[in-house]
Amino acid sequence: MSTDTAGDPRGELPTPRVLRRRWVPSLVWLVPVIAVVLGATLVINAWRTAGPRVIISFQTAQGLEVGKTLVKYRNVTIGHVTAISLSSDHNSVLVSAELLRTATDVLTADARFWVVRPRIGIGWASGLETLISGSYIAVEAGAAPARKTEFIGLETPPPAPHGLLGKSLVLHARDVGSLALDAPVFFRRFAVGHVIDRELEADGQSARVVVFIDAPYDRLVTRATRFWNSSGIDLTLGADGLKLRTQSLASVLAGGIAFEMAPTAQDVGPVTSGAEFTLFSDQAEAMAPPDGEPRYVRMRFTQSLRGLSVGAPVDFVGVNIGQVFSVDLDYDAQRQSFPVIVTALIYPRRMGKAYEVLEQNGTATNEDKMARLVGRLVARGLRAQARTGNLLTGQLYIALDFIPGAQPARFAVDARPLQIPTAPGGVQELQQKLVSIVDKIDHLPIADIGRHLDADLVGLDGALGGLRTEVLPAGTAAFRSLGKTLGTVDHALADDAPWRDNIDQTLVEARSTLRSVRSLTDYLDRHPEALLRGRHPSQSAVPTSGPQSAK
Amino acid sequence: MTTAVRAADVGLIACRICGLVMQRVPVTSLPTACARCAALLQARLPRSGERTLAWLIAGVILYIPSNVLPVMYVSGVGGGEESTIIAGVLSFWRAGSWDIAVLIFTASVAVPATKFLTLGTLLWTVHSGTSWARRQRTALYRLVEFIGYWSMLDVVVVALTAALLKFKALGTAEPRLGIVFFCGVVVTTMMAAFSFDPRRIWDTPGDRA
Repeated sequence: MSTDTAGDPRGELPTPRVLRRRWVPSLVWLVPVIAVVLGATLVINAWRTAGPRVIISFQTAQGLEVGKTLVKYRNVTIGHVTAISLSSDHNSVLVSAELLRTATDVLTADARFWVVRPRIGIGWASGLETLISGSYIAVEAGAAPARKTEFIGLETPPPAPHGLLGKSLVLHARDVGSLALDAPVFFRRFAVGHVIDRELEADGQSARVVVFIDAPYDRLVTRATRFWNSSGIDLTLGADGLKLRTQSLASVLAGGIAFEMAPTAQDVGPVTSGAEFTLFSDQAEAMAPPDGEPRYVRMRFTQSLRGLSVGAPVDFVGVNIGQVFSVDLDYDAQRQSFPVIVTALIYPRRMGKAYEVLEQNGTATNEDKMARLVGRLVARGLRAQARTGNLLTGQLYIALDFIPGAQPARFAVDARPLQIPTAPGGVQELQQKLVSIVDKIDHLPIADIGRHLDADLVGLDGALGGLRTEVLPAGTAAFRSLGKTLGTVDHALADDAPWRDNIDQTLVEARSTLRSVRSLTDYLDRHPEALLRGRHPSQSAVPTSGPQSAK
Repeated sequence: MTTAVRAADVGLIACRICGLVMQRVPVTSLPTACARCAALLQARLPRSGERTLAWLIAGVILYIPSNVLPVMYVSGVGGGEESTIIAGVLSFWRAGSWDIAVLIFTASVAVPATKFLTLGTLLWTVHSGTSWARRQRTALYRLVEFIGYWSMLDVVVVALTAALLKFKALGTAEPRLGIVFFCGVVVTTMMAAFSFDPRRIWDTPGDRA
């Protein structure tokens, strides 16, 4: 602002600086600000609700779709599948899913993931809604405190969800029959549980079946409980006939397990989850008292044993004490014959009271004492016989019985297994009986009978001759008078009979009455009010008394 | 063209409403009104560039959520699905209705993007005062105004579908948040086009208001 005083002072004066108008933002800038705020809110919101990502590996991605397949916990959507890729070794499918933030607690270390697909079994169906909506991934949280984000998915739904009350029990079986996963477990035909797992033991000799018994039925299982396989139709065609046993229609098709308390049980204490049991193949086997150690006995038959199968029962005086273990053919070089060697398993414990007595005097446990006892019994006539248990099928069983008048037999006390002498029986016996019957028929005096019959027929002929001469004429007379009566009836029914005229007349009258009724109904049809108000004089007359009576 | 005399050069101003040409009052600090119809006289729209830019920026910002968020929820038998604009276009394309797919893509994705680019270019060139391709730029502006009418197509599609598809359990369609943002995009871009003063394309660098 220095002032120079020279010349024209106007020219000397400085010109004011022109200020540039300060930029005042227009209100319109609020618009992008609002847009930014809205956008930012969305982003923050998305970031806040974005939960953990999990990777679940499955065997197959069947039914899974990126962006569409949901992850559900107790059927509440908690996330969706964001990516599906193959694992590096191409052996499994890695499914990435984004979960809600609130679902973090679900991801316990023991959480289980599985794909819900429509699954239809016999007697049950699940996931049917996914037929239309598509599959989804279900998750079930566990109780473990640790968290993780990588899981191995189950290929089938978990059989027993976490927290389901009940007990899982392990059953050992030689044969699982037609038992399927999820097959029901019955108690007195009530489904109280189901099979949750089944697998072969490592040695391949037996199978392991895990069942889950739902609460409160799990307390029905005690240490004395016996399980048996009620799979399918249990059709037994044995020496004791045809046996058909089923548990329920569903178990006929899908198999099932039944259990009950053993009748002779003494120890009925409760069991804990994971307890082990034997799975018997049928109810009879399950309910039988424990057999104890089996003993082998050997029998040598000289007859044909067609119809004797492995497993056929062995009876001792009518009590089933064992079963046939093997049937072998032997060759007797001296007699040039082929005897059949039958080895049987005997469960002495099945003899019940008798066994207890034997146990007390020590016979049951001492092999030699036992052999001597059997020797004495053989001397008294104990023999093994192959008997026909079922005439229809020809099934044989082995009977150990005292045969009166049996041929004396040698008994080797030292032989092990014990050799029990045999007696012809069964088919052989039957054949002998048949032969004796045929013999008796043979000896019938058939010629004499024929001669007597002939004489009788001659007598009968004479009797019929008398009948012809005496009875027949009387019969003819009776028929003649019957013919006369019928003629009278015929006359009464003739066209010109008086009663027919009467009927004709009656019908004519009935017809005219009906005509009147019809004209009355026609009239009423046209003038229904006549029912209430009577016939109007101007209306056509109807030759009936109907309207008047309706007045 | 560039040699033509401009109204401002000879001190004239025309009313935008009734077209009356008047002498320009040299005092610029106060607003003037038309002598005939009393409309506000403005040689150029005030702060046109700034306003256009503001609307444009708002539009671009809204354009992102409008494309990312689902615009419609369609539920059929057995489940529903939310779909974004692009997902809808793709599903139409896959379903064989390529014509509808192209239509929706044009109206919903291409048109807004074209508007952003066009208006941005116009703003930039006006700001730099270049005399390059003035005629084409004016044509471009007319194009923006023209396609602006069609931008609401998508909103109308969603509104119609949501109104028509109401079969309870069998199928329903509901609008979702994305369509609100899309609506915002349409409005802001229209406002941007409206705020832009095409006469500025013809202004020489010296007389920007």
